[in-house]
Parts: sequence; structure tokens; C-alpha cells
Amino acid sequence: VAGYLDAASGAPIRPEALAALNAAQRDAWADPGRRYGAGRRAARLLDTARQSVADGLGARPDELSFCANGTAALHAAVLGTLAGDLRRRTLVHSRVEHSAVLHAVETHVAGGGRATAIGVDAFGRVDVDAFRAALTVPDINCGVLQAANHEVGTTQPVTELAAVGPPLVLDATQTAGHAEIPSGWSVLAADARMWGGPPVGVLAVRTGVRWRSPAPADEREFGRVPGLPNVAAIAAAAVALEAANRGRDALAQRHRGWIDRIRATAAGWPDVEVLGDPVERLPHIVTFSCLYADGESLLAGLDRHGIAVSSGSSCTASTLEPSHVLVAMGALTSGNIRVSLHHETTEADVEEFLAVFPGVLAGVRDELGAAGL
Amino acid sequence: VTIIDARGRRCPLPILDLARRITEVAVGDRIVVEADDPAAAPDVRAWCRMRGHEFVGQGSAADGTPAYSVRRLH
Repeated sequence: VAGYLDAASGAPIRPEALAALNAAQRDAWADPGRRYGAGRRAARLLDTARQSVADGLGARPDELSFCANGTAALHAAVLGTLAGDLRRRTLVHSRVEHSAVLHAVETHVAGGGRATAIGVDAFGRVDVDAFRAALTVPDINCGVLQAANHEVGTTQPVTELAAVGPPLVLDATQTAGHAEIPSGWSVLAADARMWGGPPVGVLAVRTGVRWRSPAPADEREFGRVPGLPNVAAIAAAAVALEAANRGRDALAQRHRGWIDRIRATAAGWPDVEVLGDPVERLPHIVTFSCLYADGESLLAGLDRHGIAVSSGSSCTASTLEPSHVLVAMGALTSGNIRVSLHHETTEADVEEFLAVFPGVLAGVRDELGAAGL
Repeated sequence: VTIIDARGRRCPLPILDLARRITEVAVGDRIVVEADDPAAAPDVRAWCRMRGHEFVGQGSAADGTPAYSVRRLH
């Protein structure tokens, strides 16, 4: 997948995971809840995968449930924690959480719950003192925070805020498989697509944490996720996480070097602002914004060169609203480009992007008549 | 006060309008951009920061369209 630099939307599936997916679809198609041979085979595969993912994320297997995708995991993490203690109705979150989290918060507020949104600095890091203070109100239910931001890569002060006391719901979707998951969480959501697996969401609820399924009752997945689990996809997700964690530190070091190179080069392009914390960040994500350019034209220009990235500019969103992350940071939202690397990214991909982008940008600015402004 | 009507113009056109017309006002004077694109709110502020002008504040035009006031500093 040369030119694919949008790993934060989903990494390409790892070859080991694809092989595991195919094998499991052939061998473990039966319902793992049934007590005959084929069912037991599926159950064994599911148990093995659960143990492996639990080890990979730093949880116990019985704390882990699988669901359809990362969005479903985030919804269940947030709404299940709120449902776990209905007398406590206030939730605290940062303004730069993933939209799946913010939509779950909207559901809570629409049902009469309370939510406090905490602002971020120019790097996108949450105001830790304000977050801590907000966690001390009497009817606090939980805090919700990402391990690192999905658009700019900035890491968040998770362990510090988890130590305050109330349960911390951690969005680890961009971090798992790429960097160390911060400690102290009570409930965690992850997404196998980000580490090179198929679409599978992972929900982890620490033993003893008050959590109640927001969905109708079902005995599957320890009562946390209704319906038949996708055993083949889960098995593949586990294999992908093992591979990701095995090569994680070496890959992170390589990604860090490439992202540093993109940051340094982009900072030298005219009227381009490189965003996010330059040091305390995920190894594989960088975002920058370009004055006098629209994200949609930049994406189209790069696509003509076979390069795939994403944008938080308003013109690339169905709502025409700019990215709430960039707005919260006070950053320029026009001409926004996010580059995110994965296990198959090569130095040639990075160099190709750096060689092509200035021409694409200049072309878009020419079209807009921005020369000399 | 000079007013730029950027209604219906999608980002980044409102800040392009602003960049083209800032020189119409004297240094120290204000220019107002009326823009209904939601991206104008962060982007006018960011433009002021990047170009060294002062973002004075956000109000609204008679029809409710957001109006961004900028002071030319150089």
C-alpha cells in the first residue's frame, strides 16, 4: 500500500492477521456458546485471542469484551460507566476527545446528565488543573480522556488524572499497538484497526469498577456486549496485536524519526503551521495547517499522486464544521493535513510525500489567487 | 469601519478576502469580516496571529451573521 499515510483512520491489515482471519473463518465459524465440537473449537479460539489481547493491553481476560469496532467500544465504555452509578451524573471530558466520545456525552446530557468539557492548550493537551478540579464535584461519575489525540498526536496526562480518584475511562484507540498505554484507567476502549487488525472493538472494564451495559441484557461477552462475537476477526485482531507489540519499540523509533523529518520540513514551507506537541506525542501522527489553501483540494491533489492522508478542514467534513480538535487548540483549520504512519510505511513513502506536497500546495494557492498575500 | 461581506464563501475564501483588503484600511484602523462559514471563527483568529494583526473580537451583523473585527497593525 505505497502512498497510504492515513493509519490513524485504520492501518492496512497485517499479513499474519489476514492469514489468521482466513483460517478462523474456515475452522471456527460455529457459535462459541454451543457445547458441541465445532462450537468448542470456536470457543477455544476466542479464549486464546482474549488472553492474548488482554496480555497485550495490560488487562485480565475476564475484564475484556469484544465488540464491532472502535466507535462501539467508546460508546459502551462511556455510557456503561455512566450507567454503573446512576446517582452520580456528572462526567468530565476534554474538548478534544474523539467524536464517538462526544456523541456518547451528548446522549448522556440529552437524558438529563451533566458534562463538563475541559479546554486544551495550543498543543492540544488538556488543562490538567481544571480537569482535576472538575473531578472533585460531589456527583462525579467519571472522567473520560484519550491517551493521545487522534488528530495531532499529543499525549494526555492520563495517569496523573486517574490518580485523582473517580474512575477514568481511557480512549486508547490511537495508542494501543503504537506506544505504551498509560496506567491507572478503570475502563478502556481500543480499536484493532489501528494496530493492523480487522475491524474489532475492545472494551476493558477493570475488576470491581461499577459498569453496567447500556444495551439490552445478553449473556455474551460477560454481559457487556450483546450478540455473537466475530470470532474470526477477534482471532486476527489478537495476532495483529501480538505482531504490533513485538515490533513496537523499533517501529516507534523509526516512525519518530520520519515524523520529526516531516515536522521539520513542513515548518519550512511558506505559511504552514505544524501542530501538536513536538516531543510528548504519539510516534506516528503529525498534523499541519496551510494558510490560503483548502483541505479538500490538497487531498485531491495528493490523491492524484497516489498519496492518501486525511484532513480536519471543514470542507472535508460532511457537516462543513471544522475539526473540533483544531478549534479547541485555536489552530488554523484551513488547509489541514494529517499524516499517520503504519507498519508498512517506508522511507520512500515519506520522501515521496515531502517531494510532492509543496507543488500540490502551490497549485492550490495559485488556483485561489493567493500568490503574494 | 470597512466591512467585507464574505457570506456564502467557504473557507479559506473569507481569510483570502481579508488578506486582500487589509491594506484598504490605515494602520491602527479596523476591518470587519462578515462570514457564515463556521471555519472563519478559528481561521480569522489564526490569520491575525500568523500575520501579526490584532483580533479585536467577534460580534454579529444585523442579520445575525458572525462578524469578526480585526485591527491592522502594520
